[in-house]
Amino acid sequence: MASNSSGDESSRHQTARHRLSVIAGHLQRPTDRNAALLAVDCKAQGSQPNVNTSDRGEGRTVPRRRQEIMKWNGWGYSDSRFLFNKKGQAEFTGNRYRLSGMIIPGLKDWMEGTFGANLQHKTQATPVLNTSAVQPPTLNEAFVEELKSTGIPFSHEAEDRVFRAHGHCLHEIFALREGKIGRVPDMVVWPNCHNDVVKIVELACKHNVCLIPYGGGTSVSSALECPPEETRSIVSLDTSQMNRILWIDEKNLTAHVESGIVGQDLERLLNESGYCTGHEPDSMEFSSLGGWVATRASGMKKNIYGNIEDLVIHIKMVTPRGVIEKSCQGPRMSTGPDIHHFILGSEGTLGVVTEVTIKIRPMPEYQKYGSVVFPNFEQGVACLREVARQRCAPASIRLMDNEQFKFGHALKPQVSSIFTSFLDGLKKFYITKFKGFDPNRLCVATLLFEGPREKVLQHEKQVYDIAAKFGGLAAGEDNGQRGYMLTFVIAYLRDLGMDYYVIGESFETSVPWDRVLDICRNVKARIIRECKDKGVQFPPLSTCRVTQTYDAGACVYFYFAFNYRGLSDPVHVYEQVEHAAREEILANGGSLSHHHGVGKLRKEWMRETVSNVGVGMLKSVKDYVDPNNIFGNRNLL
Amino acid sequence: MASKAVYSQHRDPLLKKRDDFEDILEERRKTSDLRYALRCYTPALYKGLTPCTVSDLKTMVLQSDQLLYVINQVSKETGTATDEIQLEAEAILEEMAHRLQLTTVRFFAFTLSKIFKTLFRSICVNEEGIQRLQQAIQEHPVVLLPSHRSYMDFLLVSYILYTYDLALPVIAAGMDFMGMKIVGEMLRMSGAFFIRRSFGGDKLYWAVFSEYVKTMLKNGFAPVEFFLEGTRSRTAKSLTPKLGLLNIVMDPFLKGQVFDVSLVPVSISYERILEEALYARELLGVPKPKESTSGLFKARKILSENYGSIHVYFGQPVSARSLAEGRVDRSQFNLTPRHIPSKPSEGIQDFVNDSAFRLVRSQEENMVLKPWVLLAALLLQNQAAGNKLGVLVEDLTEQAVWLRDLSRQFGAFLHWPDHVPPSRVVSSSLSLHRSLVRVSEGRVQLNSESGSGFPPAAMTPEEELLSKAVVVLSCASYRNQVLHVFIRAALLACAVHSVTGSRKQEIFNTFSFLRNMFSNEFILRPGAEVQDFEEACYLLVKSAVLQIHQQEVLVTDSGHRTLAFLTSILDPFVQGYQMVCRFLCEEATETLTENQFVPAVRKFFIKHLLTGGLKYVEVLSSDLQKNALAALLRLGAVQKLRGGADQGTLKVNTVMVNSLEDTLGGKLPTQKTLAARL
Repeated sequence: MASNSSGDESSRHQTARHRLSVIAGHLQRPTDRNAALLAVDCKAQGSQPNVNTSDRGEGRTVPRRRQEIMKWNGWGYSDSRFLFNKKGQAEFTGNRYRLSGMIIPGLKDWMEGTFGANLQHKTQATPVLNTSAVQPPTLNEAFVEELKSTGIPFSHEAEDRVFRAHGHCLHEIFALREGKIGRVPDMVVWPNCHNDVVKIVELACKHNVCLIPYGGGTSVSSALECPPEETRSIVSLDTSQMNRILWIDEKNLTAHVESGIVGQDLERLLNESGYCTGHEPDSMEFSSLGGWVATRASGMKKNIYGNIEDLVIHIKMVTPRGVIEKSCQGPRMSTGPDIHHFILGSEGTLGVVTEVTIKIRPMPEYQKYGSVVFPNFEQGVACLREVARQRCAPASIRLMDNEQFKFGHALKPQVSSIFTSFLDGLKKFYITKFKGFDPNRLCVATLLFEGPREKVLQHEKQVYDIAAKFGGLAAGEDNGQRGYMLTFVIAYLRDLGMDYYVIGESFETSVPWDRVLDICRNVKARIIRECKDKGVQFPPLSTCRVTQTYDAGACVYFYFAFNYRGLSDPVHVYEQVEHAAREEILANGGSLSHHHGVGKLRKEWMRETVSNVGVGMLKSVKDYVDPNNIFGNRNLL
Repeated sequence: MASKAVYSQHRDPLLKKRDDFEDILEERRKTSDLRYALRCYTPALYKGLTPCTVSDLKTMVLQSDQLLYVINQVSKETGTATDEIQLEAEAILEEMAHRLQLTTVRFFAFTLSKIFKTLFRSICVNEEGIQRLQQAIQEHPVVLLPSHRSYMDFLLVSYILYTYDLALPVIAAGMDFMGMKIVGEMLRMSGAFFIRRSFGGDKLYWAVFSEYVKTMLKNGFAPVEFFLEGTRSRTAKSLTPKLGLLNIVMDPFLKGQVFDVSLVPVSISYERILEEALYARELLGVPKPKESTSGLFKARKILSENYGSIHVYFGQPVSARSLAEGRVDRSQFNLTPRHIPSKPSEGIQDFVNDSAFRLVRSQEENMVLKPWVLLAALLLQNQAAGNKLGVLVEDLTEQAVWLRDLSRQFGAFLHWPDHVPPSRVVSSSLSLHRSLVRVSEGRVQLNSESGSGFPPAAMTPEEELLSKAVVVLSCASYRNQVLHVFIRAALLACAVHSVTGSRKQEIFNTFSFLRNMFSNEFILRPGAEVQDFEEACYLLVKSAVLQIHQQEVLVTDSGHRTLAFLTSILDPFVQGYQMVCRFLCEEATETLTENQFVPAVRKFFIKHLLTGGLKYVEVLSSDLQKNALAALLRLGAVQKLRGGADQGTLKVNTVMVNSLEDTLGGKLPTQKTLAARL
């Protein structure tokens, strides 16, 4: 699937290659195996800032200067983006992804049909960062002086600072596109190891500097926004250079990893040794291990591997009070409340996670995608519920509603052979005419099976049998695979939308099974109604999917986008609608967040979510661990 | 489509926008009824509808988690096997369920066309309301809430919906209809489902019933229709809303099972109510005849009469969601499985109660008032003033024109034909209601007896009085239609009248007292004292009756006529309540029970009416007497004993009742009464 031809032929592990091609294989880059497992000591890396040191960063995705490979005002790699070519056809540029270089014929019609967007109406984003719009840094001279003496690299260049002042919330990206820059960190430091972090935190405490940890920068909860009321110097602590796997313990199947490693590197490096973590959040190309811990992340294959809280064995975190960690790596402990749970989800308010021991698994022998078409969403949800009841969920099972099914359809790349298109036509005919599915109601579930070949095939049969009971028809591997590919490119699509007056975002929740259908219906309807009430001129896209199943409920994702032409303050309207949608979620028994976290975006609901006492408990931990609010990003509480 | 506006968003009633009417009988008089009854009927349906048959519905109800839970619960409590209870539930559902069928609907469409054309001059419907309803039906599950003044009401609503090609409703009807053999079954086939009048403790019955209604609502099977007032109002005043069914239809929204529910108040106003004299007699203590088919046929002589026109106003759909906005925290249902029945929390009860009042009030506001309603009010006042000769037609006309203008200022939905000279309007109204009034030698007078029923000759004074009372109460039922327009101002007028001095605070206190006293009698939303007071002040200032300053309320010179009118419109009620109090103090024995209350009060009242100690014959209305008792019970001046041999015995707090009576009579300032209650 992926174009990973260069230099991979000699790979030691056939399986590793397969794995690569499946997930991280969207990337095309030589892997430097020598750099893979370096259990090196933490050495000071020279005192000048912004110098790429030789023995690290090799084979790693994220350089210190992120702007070298990533967009400063949009999602992902600079070389990868959607655009409409001269013929008016949508195209995905670059060569990193399966979709790269392909024409997507259906996208234009879909955008015009769904949003009333028009290729003639384009909004140009500010092409380059105007550094003069960035406030000059407020530096704490004493802190800077002492930091210099440690040799830890740092920078107060505008570009570096702006890059670390935002996540990927709509309002953040929208402002950047307009060239509007708010409060940004005053400097960025790049610790290379745990000890560097200890030194930085000590200095910050000593000089009363505000620290904001920065991992992959993929937050969608305003967690990285600098509190405007913060008067101290704000230092962004970028963990991206702490990206080594320090050791792998094959006896216990664990790996000890620095927290700044991003998902794709972690998987790739482990794959080379024949292992994986199996933790694959949609943002895994860019999000970091430390970020997962700090937000209680969830991966799409959690059914096999578990969510982050199930995966971590040991966490080391540097706090203003010192370092917190457990004394052993026992698989479970009864020693009072689990202190890991103070760290998991602390969202950078207590300290910096520096090292994590994480479970690893041998790479699966066999992987297979699949998909099932259901006559309607209700049947689909009933099927997922039954699958969960029988506890036979595949590695991943996701159910898209009708709108998303259509959206997925619009993203089909141009097919070269007449035969394929004929086959597609035949399939469509079979499903809509022969089986009588209403194309405006049907929905599709995508599946991913993993494990030994025999077991996968057996498992597959079991799931398809259940699906059949709910009117589901197997719809092929291709559809399934495309569904998963979409998760990686969907964020790029938002940038395309913004070029044509369409803004949108996704948000998630978790909800008991008996409320899944109700919450989906009501939240989608609420979005549509709010858009209308707020004067949005075009009908919005309001769609959802069930992305995770649990014994007692499911995780639901909502996507919402609209054409904002005719609105004077589209972001405000957007925020009002999202706010209303969140209220609707809460009123319908949904949680405040399943895995995105609270940040600053959702903290107004924390009290009702965890009760007064709950907030008090969290506060008292914060007060003890960080009495001077050194970790002052003001998330969560 | 449901809008946020529930009622009187505009403080100025004149700004209230109301739709125009179309007469649907006009078309019926021109084209074939048969073709009309057989025409193609393809209503627009709810967008989320899962099509299902009548029997699918029953299966869904019987297999619902809710019902299964209750069946298990009952089984555990009683030790009966679940199968048996399941059968019982099936039987209940069988007895209850409608069997909506298009052929029967067509039959009704045909026969009702014939009957309506004979009985009524016109049936006027606001077509914009119909359009709004059509929109609403497609968007969300719809609940139709008609006012209830006549048996005709629900047939009429279905007839209209059929005429406009709208989805036919399923209607909650009282079980008593089912006694009418064939008719009962036919009603069932035209969409009625039957509920027992009382099933207080029967869990299973409640579960089947509520689940049945909710299932139909959630699936969008059909609009659900019921009467908020619970029963036909015999007095033409809106009744205090019953909350049972409203609770049920709100539940799916509150628990997130539907996005929203549109509540559509429907106001049906009859120029002449078919049951006019029947109601009056019922109020005077002649028991209501049991519904029976033969009774219905006996009633067919009414076919020879002219009942004027009917106005049906489909109000603005009210969104349950906007009613609940900021009032109800729906997450309160997050922690218990939704299929486990639970008593609504106090907050929910208050919310539903408040919503019910708003809805009834919006029914009231869209009731069309005919000129006769004003005439009835004037004639009753005239009679009570002791004018034995009747009033000159010219005087009546002058007064009517004055009252017309006043009620328009107060926002009444008055259908007074302005292009016709007032004298013609008055005379044609009088002639339509000639069973109640007679005109001789240029003077108008209430008939001393109703057209039928009581034997004319050799009546005892008591019989004569009752005969007169039938006419008075019939008349009052028309006057009552306008009361909702004036009630707040009238309460204020009474307060201004009875308070010595002009201190605003004191007037407000008296206003609150009266409002509280009469809140079983009129639609006065609980907790809205201040709003009502302000509304009343606004109206009376606007109509130049009062001048209101920071601390003071002053009557203008030109305001006395209006003030006099307003106080006297409330006077029968004030006197009635006073007399009930006096009865309780003077005559109530230790053993008086609730059931004996009305006959005993009636006897007491007749005695005083005959001796001239009481001037309003209409206080004989059992409705007023029961409302007064309910108010006293609510205020704690009377207690009802429960359990044992004393079940239902009334225990009177004589001191308090006495002081209430005095306060009503203006002998005691409000403050003292309040103190006496403590």
